[in-house]
Amino acid sequence: MSSESTLRIVWIYPDLLSTYGDRGNMLILTRRAAMRGIPAEAYEIRSDQPMPSSADIYLIGGGEDGPQALAAQRLIADGGLHRAVNQGAAVLAICAGYQLFGHSFFAKGSKCPGLGLLDLHSDRGETRAVGELRGDIDPRLGLPPLTGFENHGGRTHLGPGVSPLARVTAGIGNDTQTEGAWHGKILGTYSHGPALARNPAIADLLLRWAIGADSLSPVDDTWPDRLRSERLAAAGA
Amino acid sequence: MTDGKLPLRAKVATSVSKTAAALSRAAGRGDGSVIGGWIGLKIDPDLLAHLAGGRAIALISGTNGKTTTTRLATAALEVMGRVATNSFGANMPTGHTSALAKAGSTPFAVLEVDEHYLARVIDATEPRVVAMLNLSRDQLDRAKEVSMMAQMWRDALIGHPDVRVVANADDPMVVWAAQGSGHVTWFSAGQRWHDDSWVCPQSGDPIERAGGDWWCTGCPLRRPNPQWRVEDEGVVDPRGDWHLVKLQLPGTVNLGNAATALAVAAEFGVRPIEALPRLATVASVAGRYAQVDRDGRNVRLLLAKNPASWLEAFDMAERAPTLLSINARDPDGLDTSWLYDVDFAPLRDRPVLITGDRAYDLAVRLEVNAVPFRHVKSFEEAIQAVPPGRLEVIANYTAFQDIRAELDRVL
Repeated sequence: MSSESTLRIVWIYPDLLSTYGDRGNMLILTRRAAMRGIPAEAYEIRSDQPMPSSADIYLIGGGEDGPQALAAQRLIADGGLHRAVNQGAAVLAICAGYQLFGHSFFAKGSKCPGLGLLDLHSDRGETRAVGELRGDIDPRLGLPPLTGFENHGGRTHLGPGVSPLARVTAGIGNDTQTEGAWHGKILGTYSHGPALARNPAIADLLLRWAIGADSLSPVDDTWPDRLRSERLAAAGA
Repeated sequence: MTDGKLPLRAKVATSVSKTAAALSRAAGRGDGSVIGGWIGLKIDPDLLAHLAGGRAIALISGTNGKTTTTRLATAALEVMGRVATNSFGANMPTGHTSALAKAGSTPFAVLEVDEHYLARVIDATEPRVVAMLNLSRDQLDRAKEVSMMAQMWRDALIGHPDVRVVANADDPMVVWAAQGSGHVTWFSAGQRWHDDSWVCPQSGDPIERAGGDWWCTGCPLRRPNPQWRVEDEGVVDPRGDWHLVKLQLPGTVNLGNAATALAVAAEFGVRPIEALPRLATVASVAGRYAQVDRDGRNVRLLLAKNPASWLEAFDMAERAPTLLSINARDPDGLDTSWLYDVDFAPLRDRPVLITGDRAYDLAVRLEVNAVPFRHVKSFEEAIQAVPPGRLEVIANYTAFQDIRAELDRVL
């Protein structure tokens, strides 16, 4: 966490990348911080505002081709997010936001330059991936299985500079084998929208990275646990 | 038009269509309005146009409120004579064809139209009036698709310069679409949902809002002055006269729907003072707002199918114990992410119960929203869990149908 005692969370470009419930991740992170007595403030930075480089956690969500390409252009031109990542900020990048963290992605039929902050590139799949997604997360992260709902037309190819976030056990993810990617404190996933609702352990990982803690005090996760069990079972059906 | 003026092919198609609808009803497969229309259109592709000929028609379209507004406008227009309508929400051309065939010859028709089909139905029916209520995200639809829909509506009107439009001044997407017509009457019914109209459909610049007003920061598009508006418990007409509106339907949302219905009826020469007693007779619309007494509980059913309509349901619901039921079957959309597009905070001041296939998604959402709740396994358990008195039920599409079916079984 940076010098001030308040944890700062930035939601990147909700005006462009907020297809469906992406706000949930910001709400969940803020709440889980507050439950541990960590004061947190969330900032929604629109695409016509400069991107601050001093926040602790950055969230970027899903969107259509046009807004995705526009968001990548503006983030490259702005440079604030690159500075933040170089200073060690934690990032959760989802769906279109995940793709644009790579070297390139396809939008509206053409190849667009990405931010190059994750060693991966994305192109179009033959079919759209829609439905429940489940995977076993990289054991080095020490997290329980990933559960999500995916809805994307992309396929993502990982370079040697990143690790898969998970091995797919149901659904498509990057390419039916791996799902998402991570490197340093950046996590990317195709679990779209409010992914942290089903994966509170990922929310806590982001918080731990941001404050430099090995663990956080436990909280009552009765309802998220029930939701997880139900959705993990549904994906297996 | 009378049956005697229909071309032979249309006569045959109408007759077969009615027979198929009757068979479908007899077989217990719904009210027959879709299958009957489908067969009729196969025999005569122009059947809808033939059936529409000679009638003065109003079309009602928008993401939310179209079934209720159609019902209210029909009640208002009945002042003038018989009105054909698709009152069961079968709102695509097959449903329109069936509704007109079934009604026989009527001087008027009020048709609810799915927003995707509006252009086609305008072409086929040459309506006198088109009412445009609102446009917002629905199921997997996206903000971008909302602006595409507005573009389709706008283009449809440009091709029909004589059609009169009754449109919502509070929705920037609708205002821009309606400006495709030269004859627009504006109504103001308020708009709670703004998340699909922060970007101007005309220029792409941000839209700003203050009070009830809105304007584009980069082009001349702004809120027009409405001729009809909701004020207190009534509606102000274009002459500035205020009319008390007594409805059995709850909420300011339905006051807005009533204002729209009055504006539509006025285009046919119906005065508010004539229409208002008729609006007061409408008690429920396709089961929505229906009240059922059971075990001393007065159960009221509200349908909420997308983020905008959830906000409206919170406005309609009384401060009473409230059951929320969420499914995610095909007609609902399989994805529950939208729960985070709805702010449930208005429910913090009342006991909340949750149920449905996806109650756990809702539980996590409510926890994040700091809304206390209790999970129940069934509608029956919910009834027993609340004290005698009002129970408000807000459910999405298939959850709503499930609860209606359960109530019907008991009655």
